Amino acid sequence: MENLTAKSFELRQDVVRMVVSGKAGHIGGDMSVMDILVSLYFHEMNVGPENFSDPGRDKFVLSKGHSVEALYAVLAAKGFFPIDQVIEEFSHFGSKFIGHPNNKLPGIEMNSGSLGHGLPVCVGMALAEKMNKSSARVYTVMGDGELAEGSVWEGAMAASQYKLDNLCAVVDRNRLQISGNTEDVMHHDNLCDRFRSFGWNVISVNGNSIDELNAAFDTAKTVKGMPTVVIANTIKGYGSSVMENKANWHHKVPTEDEVKQIMSDLEARKEAALHE
Amino acid sequence: MNKIANRQVICEVLMEHAKEDKDIVVLCSDSRGSASMTPFADTYPEQFVEVGIAEQDLVSISAGLAKCGKKPYAASPACFLSTRSYEQAKIDCAYSNTNVKLIGISGGISYGALGMSHHSAQDIAAMAAIPNMRVYLPSDHLQTRCLVEALLKDEKPAYIRVGRNAVEDVYEEGNVPFEMDKATVIRQGTDVALIACGEMVKPAADAAKLLEEKGISATVVDMYCVKPLDQDAVIRAAQNAKAVITVEEHSPFGGLGSMVAQVVAANCPKKVVNMTLPDEPVITGTSKEVFDYYGLNAEGIAKKAEELLG
Repeated sequence: MENLTAKSFELRQDVVRMVVSGKAGHIGGDMSVMDILVSLYFHEMNVGPENFSDPGRDKFVLSKGHSVEALYAVLAAKGFFPIDQVIEEFSHFGSKFIGHPNNKLPGIEMNSGSLGHGLPVCVGMALAEKMNKSSARVYTVMGDGELAEGSVWEGAMAASQYKLDNLCAVVDRNRLQISGNTEDVMHHDNLCDRFRSFGWNVISVNGNSIDELNAAFDTAKTVKGMPTVVIANTIKGYGSSVMENKANWHHKVPTEDEVKQIMSDLEARKEAALHE
Repeated sequence: MNKIANRQVICEVLMEHAKEDKDIVVLCSDSRGSASMTPFADTYPEQFVEVGIAEQDLVSISAGLAKCGKKPYAASPACFLSTRSYEQAKIDCAYSNTNVKLIGISGGISYGALGMSHHSAQDIAAMAAIPNMRVYLPSDHLQTRCLVEALLKDEKPAYIRVGRNAVEDVYEEGNVPFEMDKATVIRQGTDVALIACGEMVKPAADAAKLLEEKGISATVVDMYCVKPLDQDAVIRAAQNAKAVITVEEHSPFGGLGSMVAQVVAANCPKKVVNMTLPDEPVITGTSKEVFDYYGLNAEGIAKKAEELLG
């Protein structure tokens, strides 16, 4: 079986290459969200280039659309498009690989970028799957700073009202947003209670642990009559001490020296994962 | 006087199709009564989604449904739908290209004395400025039927604004000239071109009759398709007239009048006068009282034409 932890570190290296090439990117959140995306795309969801036009495919919306570099790396690894093309073209003039998800690209369901859209859109998708009597599941990943958007909670109410147990939301709880600590900007520390009070099943995990994420998604599938949210407690900038837990890496292009250090750190983490 | 409001006809057409087409879904934001969608909700509960008072959610959920093959019709007061959920319309519907039909009910100043919070005098400008969003304002219940039948056949997003009250028929039962995205020329004249949309078409047509009595020959164009604007119809009407008057239940900025003026200026320059609501909260009153106050009626339009032709 493929070592998905090692894969996550390898795909983080692709993200660094993209950000360097495009001279742009939300690198800190890419690093925190990567294990969530790898778990979803390589363990959990039934979706790939071979079935992307099949109505019964599982659906995914990256609500924190600014982490699109991580999504590009994962979709490329799934075979939706060549990674070399993404690295070469990301954010360049006229590129299809823009700084937020766009569904003109294969593998992307919905356009995002403005926060607070993914969950309500996925409520509609999950409702449709219920109406269609389809067993397809619907997933979205939100940022924790994003949860200050009121539309998230409109969606949370509706998901519970319609008992959407085919919907699983993930919060990339890295505790940092562009202005600093989420708790200083707008607090979320009772996040599990908040979602429970909205009628959701809540699972809290280490969001940088593939094993814990895989288990959480497996459990979510067994919960009936209510939607599940996985609070994925992550580290922003995860994978390199250069970036970890530093708010100023929300949107930053590393210098040449920093790139060397980050790539080397990621390589070491990958090797360590392979030999665990 | 016709007793069927345009919003009611939308429900009727959707109900006629919903029996066979199980992908038709109607969504409301605690607005099923005001949208005249209660019969749909009662008859097809499996194809009706209530989202509560949450217009942003209404539009996003519609987009998600559309992405998974449904044909959602989201019906909510135009004032809220066009501004509260503007970004959802922009990103989830237009940008993501989902087959969502946004039905703005009680549009313009239909809510009369309820005040500016309930008026949607900016919806044409707002929606038309979004790439891939179409904007339709049908003029009477007969044309509304044709429009909804046409919309059911396409898979692109659109915003449709209808008023709250029943409006007098512009067309006759069994004789409704309609071609999708082509304006309907109601009357051909030589002196002045009256181009109107929505509930202003009937007064424009009546104004043409008043003008005829005074020896002034007016063209009347029903531009229900504000976007995509039927530019050929605008140019033809302008070329055959000495001046153009546009009439709309909208702000002076970015609506039908602005668009017509752009087209006329670029193709066949001549004087264009926009009859609109003012750039301020409108005076308190029923919609008829408000229209009369601002001259948005047959007499006001005829008077403006006479002034213009000198």
